[in-house]
Amino acid sequence: MAKFIGRRLLYLLPVLLAVTLLTFLIASLLPGDLAITLLGDQATPEKVEALRAQMGLDLPIWQRYLLWLWDVLHGDLGRSFRTGETVLAAVADRLPVSLELMVMAEVTALLIAIPLAILCAVKSGSATDRFLTGLAFGKLSLPPFMVAILLIYLFAVSLNLLPATGWIPFAEDPIANLRSFVLPALTLAIAEWPVLMRVLRSDMIATLQEDYIAMAKAKGLRPARILLVHALKPSSLTLVTVTGINIGRLIGGALIVEVIFALPGIGRLLVGAIYARDFIILQGAVLFVAVGFVMVNFVVDMLYAVLDPRIRHGRA
Amino acid sequence: MDTALLSVEAVSVVLPTPRGPLKAVDAVDLSLAPGRTLGVVGESGCGKTMLSRAILQLLPKRAKLDGRVMFNGRDLAALQPEALRRLRGPELAVVFQDPMTSLNPVLTIGTQLVETMQAHLGLDSAAAAKRGAELLAEVGIPAPEQRLRQYPHQLSGGMRQRVAIAIALSCEPKLLIADEPTTALDVTVQAQILDLLAREQRRRHMAMIIITHDLGVVAGRTDEVAVMYAGRVVERAPTPQLFAHMRMPYTEALLAAIPKLDAPPHTTLPAIAGRPPDPTRPLPGCSFAPRCRYADDRCQGAKPPLADPERAGALYACWHPL
Repeated sequence: MAKFIGRRLLYLLPVLLAVTLLTFLIASLLPGDLAITLLGDQATPEKVEALRAQMGLDLPIWQRYLLWLWDVLHGDLGRSFRTGETVLAAVADRLPVSLELMVMAEVTALLIAIPLAILCAVKSGSATDRFLTGLAFGKLSLPPFMVAILLIYLFAVSLNLLPATGWIPFAEDPIANLRSFVLPALTLAIAEWPVLMRVLRSDMIATLQEDYIAMAKAKGLRPARILLVHALKPSSLTLVTVTGINIGRLIGGALIVEVIFALPGIGRLLVGAIYARDFIILQGAVLFVAVGFVMVNFVVDMLYAVLDPRIRHGRA
Repeated sequence: MDTALLSVEAVSVVLPTPRGPLKAVDAVDLSLAPGRTLGVVGESGCGKTMLSRAILQLLPKRAKLDGRVMFNGRDLAALQPEALRRLRGPELAVVFQDPMTSLNPVLTIGTQLVETMQAHLGLDSAAAAKRGAELLAEVGIPAPEQRLRQYPHQLSGGMRQRVAIAIALSCEPKLLIADEPTTALDVTVQAQILDLLAREQRRRHMAMIIITHDLGVVAGRTDEVAVMYAGRVVERAPTPQLFAHMRMPYTEALLAAIPKLDAPPHTTLPAIAGRPPDPTRPLPGCSFAPRCRYADDRCQGAKPPLADPERAGALYACWHPL
């Protein structure tokens, strides 16, 4: 097991190198010049050249990448060209917002998806099953921004129960903070439960055909135990994979939802950095997101081993 | 003769298929007294597994069951799910064919053994674990305490079948159904598993149904044998009587298809020519007629009833008994 974990951690390095190199290359393909952006279009060519030299923008791209990497390895992620804010501070400001949103959204999505999937699998082919799978399919074709607007209309405008926009730090007012996350998290959960339900439903239907389920029935176990212990655990590998991918994606922020609900998350930080040609912020934030993504996948791999002992004993 | 523990009365099972309804089990009658052993023999697709699932009420959802399965005076087919659940384990138990698929791969042996006892016997977990280790020792598993913590994939096929037997025995059932319990196992462990089942059956005075395609398996280990073909019981007799004088040509052909130890090398095995009839297209006459070397016009035209015309205690369904 320790060897397995160690090997997975080693995979992290090439992935991070590749991701940061690619971001560097793509960012350098963006049109426009940071020095001109900062100085304005009235600046003299001499002033622009001087600023470029000062920021190291006149160096070849590979040199700039290696210099950046060197600093990162020494714990210095740099600071914004424009605001002077360090990357660490910028990410530390935004990351908790994205993480809180992600956790609330995923938990809600799973709470909707798992019971419905079990219900559909047990009654597969019934009217209930057909209605719920149909509903899930219909939901898949409804975009999140649409859902967000409908939720705002219903809960914020008509019923006036929840705030439509804005964000209050948790330390300031925990209740208000949680309230401000309800609608955005619900929007994301509504976008995700159909996929989660459909994968769990089909895996569960396959599991319920297995001999060991017939055996569990023949042993006279209670139906709840058969479904939740004997059937759910071996059916949940795809569910864990898809949830992991969703979590990884949400660590990088949920841009549309952040914009609609005015949440200061990672998504808006990244897009803002791209518009402002703020490469250092972009690089640093992407590095964090990539680490987060790889870590989530690492946890998913660990969960496979927890859920299925054959994986634990087979490969490690 | 004791009163029957199990009596299967005119049980039919019909499965819907794209080619039309398939009559997997056709009006089967069986009965079994407490502590007795019945062998159900037939080739693949003859309905013997569907019959066992019909007795256990574990048929696929789409299957339609007719007739009555009387167990201790109660019709299992008419029981409420909760009443049936309480019978499974302490009254009725089963050992499935393939121990590679009948044990849950993600739960430990201990969990799977202990949960049955906790569900029915009201044992606390420490007592159930202790009893679990004793049961594993009884079915011939060395180092039972360690085995309780292991998963099915860490055990060999024979060991897994022993675990499945320990689970089936854990609540002291009155009837054990063993559905081809050795088919998926190596030949070398088949006899060990059968001997284990026979020993525990005698020791616990439990009734047992052994379902198999191998007449050799039932020969020394059962009190009575029912031979099935195309969903029907075609011959039923006390085991010694059946082997001394089989009446049905199908039973004879089945016995001839077993390799003999004393036959010279390279002897051709007399396989039964042809294939069983299409179960979605029932024949008007005897189902075995197309493959039977004694068949004539009467066999093609009319179905022989399962009867005992000589009052010898042996039933058979044949117009031209041997």
